[in-house]
Amino acid sequence: MEYFLQQLINGITLGSVYALIALGYTMVYGIIQLINFAHGEFFAAGGYVGVIFMSYLLSQGAPAWVCLSGSLILAMAYCAMLAVAVERVAYKPLRNSSRLSVLLSALGMSIFLQNGLMLTQGVYDKAYPTELTQGGFEMGNVMLSYMQLFIVSLTAFLLVALNILVFKTRIGKAMRSTAQDKVMSALVGINANRTISITFAIGAALAAAAGIMVGLYYGSVRYDMGFVPGIKAFAAAVLGGIGNITGAMIGGFIIGMVEIFAAGYISGEYKDVFAFVILIAVLYFRPSGIMGENVDDTRV
Amino acid sequence: MTIPEFKKHWTSLGIGMVWLFILLWPLLGIKPEGLEVASTFNVWWRIALGCSFLLFLYQLNKAGAFRFISRPAGAVAGSMKNASSMVPMAVWFVIGIACTALIPQFAGRYAQDVAINCMIYVCLGLGLNIVVGLAGMLDLGYIAFYGIGAYTYALLSVQFQLSFWICLPISAAMAGLGAWLIGYCSMRMRGDYLAIVTLGFAEICRMVLNNWMSLTNGPNGVTGIKAPGLYWFDFTNGMTLEHIWLKKLSLVYYVILILVVFTAIAVYRLQHSRIGRAWEAIREDETAAEVMGVPTFYMKLLAYCSGACFGGMAGAFYAARMRFVSPESFTFLESAMVLSMVVLGGMGSIPGVILGALALIALPEIFREFELYRMLVFGGVMTLMMLFRPQGMLPSKRTMRSDKD
Repeated sequence: MEYFLQQLINGITLGSVYALIALGYTMVYGIIQLINFAHGEFFAAGGYVGVIFMSYLLSQGAPAWVCLSGSLILAMAYCAMLAVAVERVAYKPLRNSSRLSVLLSALGMSIFLQNGLMLTQGVYDKAYPTELTQGGFEMGNVMLSYMQLFIVSLTAFLLVALNILVFKTRIGKAMRSTAQDKVMSALVGINANRTISITFAIGAALAAAAGIMVGLYYGSVRYDMGFVPGIKAFAAAVLGGIGNITGAMIGGFIIGMVEIFAAGYISGEYKDVFAFVILIAVLYFRPSGIMGENVDDTRV
Repeated sequence: MTIPEFKKHWTSLGIGMVWLFILLWPLLGIKPEGLEVASTFNVWWRIALGCSFLLFLYQLNKAGAFRFISRPAGAVAGSMKNASSMVPMAVWFVIGIACTALIPQFAGRYAQDVAINCMIYVCLGLGLNIVVGLAGMLDLGYIAFYGIGAYTYALLSVQFQLSFWICLPISAAMAGLGAWLIGYCSMRMRGDYLAIVTLGFAEICRMVLNNWMSLTNGPNGVTGIKAPGLYWFDFTNGMTLEHIWLKKLSLVYYVILILVVFTAIAVYRLQHSRIGRAWEAIREDETAAEVMGVPTFYMKLLAYCSGACFGGMAGAFYAARMRFVSPESFTFLESAMVLSMVVLGGMGSIPGVILGALALIALPEIFREFELYRMLVFGGVMTLMMLFRPQGMLPSKRTMRSDKD
């Protein structure tokens, strides 16, 4: 039972990370039907920029909460800018060409960004400062570290904020209407290009937060760390129903849980396989996902 | 080229460059020891200068400054094209084979090595070309079949000492079987889902190869694979048949050359058969093809499996040539590499795929000193190619529908 509880806590922690990344995939797919391969790289870049700002702030003698929140905000802003730039350069000119071209352009951008990170930051792991978040609560043999608490509560905060942004504000309304029907929303005066840029920026900011969380949780970041979590998060987005924001959150938590429980109870070596098996199974049996997909079907 | 257009270009370039500086600075300039601008600026001004120069050239071209060169050059290119189209395809094919067959006579060990590598990728590219170029399905996990083929030969050779020539069809069949398994579940999905499923499948394959220690020896790989063998006349004491191992590089070279020729002919024949026309019909419009009586599901499955078979054969050769295989050789990056050969060369066109493989394998060898920047350039070129020439370097003659699907 204690083992189960411990796994549950770990699963929720990992699931929050996947949920945050999956949101970016699902929002972008919902609005322009593109699997944004570069999204995993936004996540990795967020982790890197986070550690850069964090070490700088630490070396300047800033208190821990300033380090954490400052680097978080700066990394999110950085990745939002990066995503807007990538969208402007690599995706916007291809708005009207075939799906294959855009997908390949995204693939090219992913490789480009990954190698850009490698060239500027080196091939080795970059360590996160560990002294910021040590310790935790202990209940019997179940351990809930401050780090996990931080990750889960920050995720909850971001998810609530995103929900308010998407469902309660004008920007959110523009995003939802563009995702439903681009032509019609343009006719009623919504600037599609600007809305798409904002969507990219929000998705990348969430991925950056996830990158910092992973960096803090595992203690280091690596230039190629975006690939596998990216695919798993995409699996989560598909599982929840692509284009569906609530679905991506649920899917992320499910994939995280499955991975942790599979590693804990079945086999640690094959833990990555389970996420892919789920992905294939979902696509085969229920392609529209748990919550139903929500994409502009004028182009599908 | 109007004045407002001119201004607009330079303003957007200016904004882009400021943006780039802001993106570069945290990565290069912020260190725990302190902030610095010089190192970022050093990188940035080169990029900015290069981009400005390119924009300048582009504007000159648009304004017609290069017309005095481009007009005669275009005329020469046109007449050359006319002349070359008068020579039948088969003649070019034979000339190409003859030239490649002569390489080991003149070139050194290193060049032969590169050429062999190149030809392995030509095989892979031609196989993937069936799936992507002809049937129009995006496959991001093609390298899995290469891996299946390589491991099939490796294990059969090490465990049962089977000959390369027996294992070659077995490897192809195993890869085809793998493709059938995954394809049967996923052929009904729409384009991008198929892409992600194939990617997932390739990752599963790699992880299984990595973790199944008792069978594959895990990340350490399989060693002691035999080279291809051959019975050949031996004249030392009368005329007897002698079994020799094709370990010499030039002999291995001819084995892969034969494989490439076989693959090219097979793909060409497939493309111009009833099946090939069905594939192209599916690529253009699946619903219309179904209505016209093309069994789309089985045709797509067939495309996927036959593409995988060629990948499996290339894999078997790879194992025989390196005499060592490990899961490291079958990563996603290799899939992306093969896919970009097909796309850069021109989807659906056999000369295009060959040119793509040459460009992606031989060019990095020439620019060895920029090894570090290889993948960076590769990713950038892929995006630029999609922006400026999405049909590839040598597009297939049969026109593809270029607009939205």
